[in-house]
Amino acid sequence: MADLFEALVAPARRAILDELCERDGQTLFEICARLAMKHGLNHTRQAISQHLDVLEAAGLISTRREGRYKFHDLNKAPLSAIVDRWLKPGRKGEGS
Amino acid sequence: MKIVVTSVLVDDQEKALRFYTEKLGFVKKHDVPMGEFRWLTLVSPENAEGTELLLEPDQHPAARPFKQALVEDGIPYTSFGVANIQAEYDRLCAAGVQFTQPPVAMGPVTTAVFDDTCGNLIQIAQQ
Repeated sequence: MADLFEALVAPARRAILDELCERDGQTLFEICARLAMKHGLNHTRQAISQHLDVLEAAGLISTRREGRYKFHDLNKAPLSAIVDRWLKPGRKGEGS
Repeated sequence: MKIVVTSVLVDDQEKALRFYTEKLGFVKKHDVPMGEFRWLTLVSPENAEGTELLLEPDQHPAARPFKQALVEDGIPYTSFGVANIQAEYDRLCAAGVQFTQPPVAMGPVTTAVFDDTCGNLIQIAQQ
C-alpha cells in the first residue's frame, strides 16, 4: 500500500493515469506527447520512463509487447485498496 | 537555402516504393540507379514541386538498431501533414495499414502514428 501512495504522489504520474484512463494501450511516445501537449509537462523521455517504472512497480500499469511495439496499459485493481480502507465501513484496511 | 529532400531509412526500396505510393498515395519523382541501390524520391500529388521524400536504404550497421529502438518506444521517424486526419485514418486502416496510435487531439494538433512496414513509424498530423 505504501508503494501505491508513493506512486500517486507525483502530479506527472497522476496525469499519466488520467491519459491511460482516456485510452488504454499507449506507446511511450504517445504518453510523452499527451503530457507535453495536454498537461504542459515537459519532462524528458527518460524521466517519463522512470515515472512509468514506478507506476508499474506499484501495479498501476502493465506493459505489453506486440511484435516490435511496446504498449502501456492501465491497471485499476490496486486502487480498490483505497476504497476498501476508507470507503467501505467496517472493513479493516491493510498496510500503512 | 531550401529544404529540397528529406529522407526515411527503409529496409527495402522496392517494398517502400509500393507502400508509399500504393498505400499512402505519393508519386515517384526521381528513380536513378546508383550501384546496388537507387536514388528514389517521391512527392505529394498535392505538391509535385514540393519537398521530395528520399527512400534511403538502411544498410549502415547503426541504422537498424536505431530504428528498432524508435519503434519500440513508439517514436515516429517523420511526420506528414493531412487535411482530414480521421478520413486518412479510416482510409489507411481499410487498406490494411497498422496504427500504433489512432487520431488523438494533442492541443492544437491531432496526430496519429502508423507502421510503414519498412522499419519505421510515421506520424500524420492535422493542424
